[in-house]
Amino acid sequence: MRRIISGQIEGIEPFSILDVSGNVVNEEAMPKLSDEQLRDLMKKMVFTRIWDQRAISLNRQGRLGFYAPVAGQEASMVGCESAIDKEDFILPTYRDIPQMIMHGLPLYQAILWSRGHQHGGEIPENVQAFVPQIIIGAQYVQMAGVAMGIKKRKKKKVAMTFIGDGGTSQGDFYEGMNFAGAFNLPAIFIIQNNHYAISVPREKQTAAATLAQKAVAVGIPATQVDGMDVLAVYKIVSEAANDAKNDEGPALIEVSTYRFGPHTMSGDDPTRYRSKEEEKEWEEKDPLIRYRRFLKNKGIWTEEEEDKLIEETKEEINQALKKADAYEKMTISGLLDSMFEVTPPYLEEQKALFAREGK
Amino acid sequence: MPQMTMIQAITDAMRVELARDTNVLLFGEDVGKYGGVFRATAGLQDEFGEDRVFDTPLAESGIAGLAIGLGLMGYRPIAEIQFIGFIFEAMDSICAQAPRIRYRTNGRFHSPITFRAPFGGGVKTPELHADSLEGYLMQTPGLKVVIPSNPYDAKGLLISAIRDNDPVFFMEHMKLYRSFRQEVPEGEYTVPIGKANIVREGTDVTIITYGAMVHTSLKAAEEIEKKRGVKVEVIDLRTINPIDTETVLKSVEKTNRAIVVQEAQRTSGAAAEIIAQITEKGILYLEAPVLRVTSPDTVYPFGMIEDEWLPDPTRVIEGIEQVLDF
Repeated sequence: MRRIISGQIEGIEPFSILDVSGNVVNEEAMPKLSDEQLRDLMKKMVFTRIWDQRAISLNRQGRLGFYAPVAGQEASMVGCESAIDKEDFILPTYRDIPQMIMHGLPLYQAILWSRGHQHGGEIPENVQAFVPQIIIGAQYVQMAGVAMGIKKRKKKKVAMTFIGDGGTSQGDFYEGMNFAGAFNLPAIFIIQNNHYAISVPREKQTAAATLAQKAVAVGIPATQVDGMDVLAVYKIVSEAANDAKNDEGPALIEVSTYRFGPHTMSGDDPTRYRSKEEEKEWEEKDPLIRYRRFLKNKGIWTEEEEDKLIEETKEEINQALKKADAYEKMTISGLLDSMFEVTPPYLEEQKALFAREGK
Repeated sequence: MPQMTMIQAITDAMRVELARDTNVLLFGEDVGKYGGVFRATAGLQDEFGEDRVFDTPLAESGIAGLAIGLGLMGYRPIAEIQFIGFIFEAMDSICAQAPRIRYRTNGRFHSPITFRAPFGGGVKTPELHADSLEGYLMQTPGLKVVIPSNPYDAKGLLISAIRDNDPVFFMEHMKLYRSFRQEVPEGEYTVPIGKANIVREGTDVTIITYGAMVHTSLKAAEEIEKKRGVKVEVIDLRTINPIDTETVLKSVEKTNRAIVVQEAQRTSGAAAEIIAQITEKGILYLEAPVLRVTSPDTVYPFGMIEDEWLPDPTRVIEGIEQVLDF
C-alpha cells in the first residue's frame, strides 16, 4: 500500500520537568513562579486529595450522591486550572469538580450538585465556569461557541475544556476542535488520559499511538505532558493560554495521568480490569509525593504545615456540608418556574396541581 | 404594504433582528456568501458582515454546540440546520443541552437560540429532507416548537423566536416557501409564540392543524361547504409546543366535533397530544370522537409516491364526514 502519511506521529514524548524523585530534569523549562506560587500548587493538590478522600467516605455514608474520584489526577487538575486566570472560562466534565472549586465554585454548591440539588449548578455570577457536563463530548462543541464569544467580544481571555481518554472517540471531540481550528479560537482542549474509560483501556479506544496526535486531523498544535508532574502541566497549559490570548488559536493537550480510585462511586470496581502491579507502578508516580519532595528540597514545605493544611481542609469541608445540609429543599413549583424565563400557562396549571399536593 | 413569499418574510425577519441587536448572529452551512440553499439568508452577509453572518464547517452537532456556547456568552444565535432530517446529528445539543440549561443552572445561564430548519413534503426532495420531525422536538421540555403556515406569521413568529430568551425550534415548510405571496408589514412586528389563529370560522366541525396542512384543510373546508353546506372552523396552531389549548377548546365547545390534520405519520407529530388535551378538558363538548388525518406509519416515502402518501383534501373531507356522520 502506498502511504501518503504515516498513521502514527513519531517523537511525541510526554513533557516533564520533575522526575519521580522530585528532581528538576528540565531546568530551562521551569516556569517562573515565586515560592508562594510554588507552594500554592501544593496547597491545591493537598486540598484536592483530602476532598477526594472525604468525598468517597461521605458517598459511602450516603451524605454525597454522584461522585467521580480524582485521586491521582491532582497535578493534572491543579496544573491546568492554575495556568489560567479567574476571568478565563472553564467547561468541566463530571470529574472536574476540583477545577471548578479552585476557579471559585463554593464547596457547598459542589456538594449540592453531587446530591442532585438544582442550586449546585447555579454557578455564581463571578465564577467563569459552566456546569459539569455528563454527555461526554458535548463540552467540546460548546467550547467552540464559548471561545468564539470571547473572540467576538475581543477579550484577552481563553476557554478551557476537559475530556477523558474515552471521550476522544466521540464525534463531538473532533467537531469541537475542528470548529475551534477553522475559526482560530482562543480554546484549550485538555485530554485527561487516565488510561481507562470505566473498564476499557486506552488502547481499545484507538490505534493512534498518542491521543495528542488527533490534533493533526484538525490542524491545531498539540502536545503530550506528564500529568503526574504539576510543574510540567502548569508550564504547557500556561504557554497554550498565552498563545490563545494572543490570537494564535487553539491547542490540544494530552495530560497523561491515572485515577487511583474507581471510575465513579456508582458501583465500579477497578480490580475487575486493572492489575495490582499496574496500580502500584502508577502510585509510585503519585503527583503529591513527587512535588512534596521538590518543595522540601527547596526548603519551602514541611510536614507540619501540610498536617495543618489537612486539618483546615477537613474543617472547610465540614462547614460546607453544614451549609449544604441547611440549604432549602427544592419544590416542583420551583422546577417548573426554572424551565423558561416566562412560565407558560400549561406549566402554571401543573404548578397548581403540585401545589395542592404540597410539592 | 409589500407582497412577500414566506421565504422573503423569513429573510426580512432576520434582517430586522440583525439590525436591531448586535448580539444576533446567523450561521450554518452555506448561509453566508451563498445566501442559503433556499436563499433564506440572501444578502445578509453583505449587509451585516462576516462577523455576524457566517458559514460553518459541515457538522450539525458542531453548529448546534456553537450556538449553545455563544448563548452562554450573551449572544443570540440563529443556527440553521440545512434540512430537518439532519437534526439527528445535533439532537444532543437541540434536545438534551440547550433546553435544559436554564433549569440545570437555575437561571444562571440560558439559551436564547433559534434553530431554523426547512422540512415538509410535496417537493420531491431526496431522503431525509422532508420528514415531519416535530414530534421529537415537541416532547422536549424546555424547547418551543413553531411552524408557520404563511408569510405574515412566519415573519412575526420568527422575530418572536429570535427575541425569546429560551430555545425555539422554527420549522419552515419547503412547499410553502414560495407557493404564494401575502402582504407583510415592513419593519418589526411580532406574532406571539403559543397562540393559535382561527384562519376560517365555522360552526359545525373544527379542524386543528399546522404547517402545509393548514392549506389542505382550508381547501377541504371549502369543498365540503359546497357539497354539504357544512361550516368548518380551521385552527392554525402556529406553535405546537406550547399548544394553545384555550383556543382549541373554545372552538370545540362551539362545534362539538373535531379532527386533527397533520402531515406527520399517525404515531408522531402533534395530533395525539391535541386529542389528549381535548379529551381531558372538553370531553363533554364532544358529539363524536376526535379523529386524526395523517400520513401512514411508514418511513417518509420515495419521491414517486409522495403525492399519494401525503394527506390531501379528499382524505381530510373523509375525516370530516366521519365525525359528522358518527
